[in-house]
Amino acid sequence: MLGRIVVVGASAAGLTAAETLRRRGYDGELTLIGDEQPHPPYDRPPLSKQVLAGTWEPERAFLRRHEELARLGAGLRLGRAATALDLTSCQVRLDDGDRIGFDAMIIATGVTPRRLPGSDLAGVFVLRTLDDALALRTALLAGPRVVVVGGGFLGTEVAAAARGMGLEVTVAEPQPVPVRALGDPIGALVAALHHDYGTRMRCGVPVRRLHNAGGRVTGVELADGTMLAAEVVVLAVGAAPATRWLAGSGLPLGNGIECDSCCRAAPGIFAAGDVASWYNPRFGTQMRLEHRMNATEQAIAAAGNLLGDHRPFAPVPYFWTDQYDTRIQAYGIFPADAELKVLSGDPADLRFVVAYGRHGAVAGLLGWNAARELRELRPLVAEQVPWTAVTATAGLGAPAAR
Amino acid sequence: MKVTVDQKKCVASGQCVLSAPGVFDQRDEDAIVVLLQPSPPDGLSEEIKQAAALCPALAITVED
Repeated sequence: MLGRIVVVGASAAGLTAAETLRRRGYDGELTLIGDEQPHPPYDRPPLSKQVLAGTWEPERAFLRRHEELARLGAGLRLGRAATALDLTSCQVRLDDGDRIGFDAMIIATGVTPRRLPGSDLAGVFVLRTLDDALALRTALLAGPRVVVVGGGFLGTEVAAAARGMGLEVTVAEPQPVPVRALGDPIGALVAALHHDYGTRMRCGVPVRRLHNAGGRVTGVELADGTMLAAEVVVLAVGAAPATRWLAGSGLPLGNGIECDSCCRAAPGIFAAGDVASWYNPRFGTQMRLEHRMNATEQAIAAAGNLLGDHRPFAPVPYFWTDQYDTRIQAYGIFPADAELKVLSGDPADLRFVVAYGRHGAVAGLLGWNAARELRELRPLVAEQVPWTAVTATAGLGAPAAR
Repeated sequence: MKVTVDQKKCVASGQCVLSAPGVFDQRDEDAIVVLLQPSPPDGLSEEIKQAAALCPALAITVED
């Protein structure tokens, strides 16, 4: 009989897991542990968009009102980090020395931003937490020259927000195009978008090192010797699953917590959100997603499986990014060797849907300013329609000049 | 039950339309949420709660 459940991580996935347990009728002890203080649980996507740009007050990103958290009937241990897990005695240890026993657990500790060697300097920022976003915003308000290291989703969003504040912004990306995970043609369109708004894209050359004067960053030196002067440098070079506290616990750790198709890492131990790697039977592959919607969907699935659903978690992954006036949304997966076909609209008009084909079926769909069309085409990914059954409506060449 | 949507928070993911197609729709021009039924029948309550839970922008509020 389950009488004590502990959820480690109090962001989107952890909070959703706790709420799902209650909604599904679990009325035993419930403890929610989160290491971020002093903020209540908050949402992350707005951090690199509205909060950074200053169009939202931080409170608007809070996930729940105070009364809603109280209604959960959970012991909230906010501002406390879990430091060790003992699966023999079924206890989790906190950074204040406290030990909490459990019968089952859901782990949703997220990810930690990667840094670069020699980047512990004033003026160098990462963006993961609300405090990170507020500190970066304060620095941007001083009117600095900005270099964003890393042209993935986070880096390009931060660049767009900073450029929107009227700042001189350069993105340094070692790959030939930004957001290369979506393929070179889409990456080239994203580069062109930034160019149109006056953000400089320095792609194809890695960063050699950061320069500083008296411990304050002064610029970024690229491998070809180019010096990009900057008063603010934002590191957006990916993130690592927050699993250090699980070292020696016996849980399978690899690229995150390695779970089965039901998000289960060990008997009674489940994982959800950015930290969880699991086998997605729909795509026949192990995956780990740092997407907002997956945090919710996987938390619902993991909590259900903890309560005995035995239901494999087989979602169609979804994510979106907003940059300047452009909204990019996508379903599915985007293998590097995928073939691309435009299925709706035309890239030349900057409103289109493109499909990604792999192993003879549609594996992914991406919409560029085409939310409705994309949603209507979603069954092509969900049902993995044969690649030969979809017909290209336009080419995917270079975008027309605007 | 009473449903409200915040069009300023909406990010046009369309998850609500996938969950509860008779209750939510998306605007033609920018795919922002449109509420078709502010007081939907109780029979749709599961679909609507799922839409609210899955909304990646937290733009849907449901009151019993």
